[in-house]
Amino acid sequence: MTSTAVPNGTLPVGSGLRAPGRRVRRSSLAGLGLAPFLVYVALFLVAPTIIAIGSGLFAKDGSFTLASFAALGDPVILATFWNSTWLSLLTAVVGALVGALVCYALLGLSPTGFVRTTVDAACGVLAQFGGVMLAFAMIATIGIQGVLTRFLRDALGIDIFADGAWIYALPGLIPAYLYFQVPLMVITFMPAVAALRASWAEANLTLGGTRAGFWLHVGLPVLAPSFLASALLLFANAFSSYATAAALASQGSQIVPLQIRTALTSETLLGRENLAGVLAFGMIVVIGVVMCAYALVQRRAARWQR
Amino acid sequence: MSRAAGDIGPAPVTRWIIGALVGAIFAIPLVSTLLYTLQDADGALTLDHWISLFSAANPSVIKPLTAGLGNSLVLAVVTVVIVIVLLAPTMILVNLRFPGMKAAFEFIALLPISIPAIVVVVGLTPIYLQIGRTLGTGAWTLAFAYGVTVLPFAYRSIQASIDAVDLRTLTEASRSLGANWATVFITVLVPNLRSGLLAASLISIAVVLGEFTIASLLNRQVLQTALVVVGKIDPYASAIFTLLALTFCFLLLLALGFAARGRSRKVRS
Amino acid sequence: MTDAPLNLPPTGDNLLLADAGTGTRVDLVDVVKDYGSTRVLHGLDLRIRPGEFVSLLGPSGCGKTTALRVLAGLEDASGGSVLMDGVDVSAVPVNKRDIGMVFQAYSLFPHLRVRENTAYGLRRRKVARAEALQRAQDALELVGLGGFADRYPHQLSGGQQQRVALARALVTAPRVLLLDEPLSALDAKVRVQLRDEIRRLQLRLGITTVFVTHDQEEALAVSDRIAVMNAGRIEQIGTPEELYSAPATAFTAAFVGLSSIVSAVAEGARARVWGRELTLLEPASGDVELFLRPEHLSLVPSGSGDAQGIVQESTFLGSIRRTLVRTDAGELVRVQHDAALRPEFGESVGVRLSDHPVTSRPLTPA
Repeated sequence: MTSTAVPNGTLPVGSGLRAPGRRVRRSSLAGLGLAPFLVYVALFLVAPTIIAIGSGLFAKDGSFTLASFAALGDPVILATFWNSTWLSLLTAVVGALVGALVCYALLGLSPTGFVRTTVDAACGVLAQFGGVMLAFAMIATIGIQGVLTRFLRDALGIDIFADGAWIYALPGLIPAYLYFQVPLMVITFMPAVAALRASWAEANLTLGGTRAGFWLHVGLPVLAPSFLASALLLFANAFSSYATAAALASQGSQIVPLQIRTALTSETLLGRENLAGVLAFGMIVVIGVVMCAYALVQRRAARWQR
Repeated sequence: MSRAAGDIGPAPVTRWIIGALVGAIFAIPLVSTLLYTLQDADGALTLDHWISLFSAANPSVIKPLTAGLGNSLVLAVVTVVIVIVLLAPTMILVNLRFPGMKAAFEFIALLPISIPAIVVVVGLTPIYLQIGRTLGTGAWTLAFAYGVTVLPFAYRSIQASIDAVDLRTLTEASRSLGANWATVFITVLVPNLRSGLLAASLISIAVVLGEFTIASLLNRQVLQTALVVVGKIDPYASAIFTLLALTFCFLLLLALGFAARGRSRKVRS
Repeated sequence: MTDAPLNLPPTGDNLLLADAGTGTRVDLVDVVKDYGSTRVLHGLDLRIRPGEFVSLLGPSGCGKTTALRVLAGLEDASGGSVLMDGVDVSAVPVNKRDIGMVFQAYSLFPHLRVRENTAYGLRRRKVARAEALQRAQDALELVGLGGFADRYPHQLSGGQQQRVALARALVTAPRVLLLDEPLSALDAKVRVQLRDEIRRLQLRLGITTVFVTHDQEEALAVSDRIAVMNAGRIEQIGTPEELYSAPATAFTAAFVGLSSIVSAVAEGARARVWGRELTLLEPASGDVELFLRPEHLSLVPSGSGDAQGIVQESTFLGSIRRTLVRTDAGELVRVQHDAALRPEFGESVGVRLSDHPVTSRPLTPA
């Protein structure tokens, strides 16, 4: 093609004509700029975590010991871990399914349209719905004197607490957790659902497939990794959750976070020292495994969303 | 065929059914809470609870609430400062100077999701003992821990904004036009990252106002711990407060959402 | 692709090859398409012979993609009908029309390997898995990707993905092959290579093909006939040569190939320009504008020729040069000539017209 004259002007940045020494200095100076943040994270995230886990390794007198870890075998502690696990699993699965259903209902709507903007805002609020406030709402609804409880009792004759005040025990956490699990699912899963291409649906039709066949052969398989990843995230979210349970079950300690609370606030629980540290270690292991699985599955899902 | 071939979404009827069903289920607790605050012990409708809360007749309710709210607001401000002064510049630095470290940085930023607050707080106790000796035991020092709590959310907002704006190209363009780093920062970086910084700040405020775990186990008085205290005395007051906070946050996010949609609509040709 | 480059037979003779195949006759009869109150297609009439390669050529928004989608069944026509082998298929849903379609981009299913992607249409037709995979493998060999059968789409380049899409569309032996700007998203070099391969394949299989593009060079290179579209109507249908050398309308003359526009005075079958008389393709009278092809102009030494001018710029294109000359009358004309001749910026030159029939349009008011 036509050759054009090179305009007179400064040579581009990074042309390599600067003195090498100066370049090295600038690079290390910039590296120094990362230091404040790294120090901050080290001090307020890494250090506490190491201290938390490490506190299980040292007895009160400062000697290194693995004896505290025997607490993990204690039937009460095992039951606590089991409770946390099935509660998280249940709310993750139900939350994932209901959340996916909502995402399906939103599929095809304009992302900047009225409905999606409003639903996004609602999910944003509810997913972060502080545990304490959620507990109050639950008590107001299905507490002993709750509005729904009264309505069911007075209008329909159903006493939901006939077998005991389950709302303040483990089962009471289920509706509470679902209240923030479903919005969290919508937030995490919607991008994957929205990434389904119309051209795949059209290609499916031109190749002789049906609309139902599209979901069976293309849609659901493509969404499966993202669905799994989001469900794993929901599990980790439920397992880590403390505030809701703390506010609802003010006395009990049936799940691991509550057990940690008890260990921190009382001196001699089960006569074991450093129980909080051991429990923290257990929690990190569980959540660490789940988050590793999440990262692996998410990577696969992201590949297909390109 | 009444629907376009590429239309994989559900029929409008299906949308409505799902929406109505799920919407109703999620509305029940909110409506119930509202009704709860409007009923007295016998179930008759009354505005007494609302009136008594706002007439400040109840010092044992108002005092802890205002103290907690005040602390939480201070904490929110300090946390936002940490985000803007510490996190954002570091992210800009990483994106411009050390793009190879982006993956490692993302790992660090998302770490708090894998390390729940309840675990971190176990190890924070000795650290805050030291802080208490040097900086005092005011509630505001919690902001250091909160900065870590909001890290994943703030990171996502700012990173999305950095990606959307292609910071590297803009920086290189302005540098090649002769701007020094200060000018680049003021005239290019900050204006373009405004929306990301704003979103990060708002999410941080929301998270800080809703935080309970760390504050409660480090024995500081914030909004959520105050609500628990108040809830034991006057369950109606805490229910009212819950509704107010929720409505406020929802309207705020809604306003943000519609503002963003207005902006993006303008840009589309 | 291991085939040596073919001598592409001159267009117009290809129907002989295609007749030997099992091509399907396709007709669009008075097809109308409305989107709400906007009419996008105004009574389109297109008769495609069995085995023919027809391109729909036009600028963005002219309705060419809409016409293709109506043909495919992805959109319903608001009026008129679509016929295949004389049978009205307007009411037949897209998945029963037995077509093969290649989309502009990203139509491969991301979760399936290339072989499974290609076999997808066969599996939907209840072909046994082993047979489907084998036929898919054969189709992939045909497009030169036999060794890529185990890869996933995201591991392929854009050109490779489109080849897989082509194999996927062809493996079911459809009646018609429809291509919606399949090369637009690709690099220039890949585009040229792939369009030749598509044409080669089409000739071998004798399948009726409709190809949508906005690139006139592409359409000229591969088509038996081209339908030039503008604002929902067909401006002209003809072989590439007909469109190029005898454009029926000003739009076609401007859209297909390069043209320079000069003013002239028309008198019936002839027009007077630059002191010369040229034959008009369509009779006209009064003040007109003529469309002159670069290859019908030549550079001569200053002082001779039909018009004088100053060289504005000269573009080197390998085997030829195109030089932009501003005539003394102020008109800009593009002249094509041998690359050895190197006009300089500002040089005075003469321009000579060759005696070739031209298209005209009434002079547009300034």
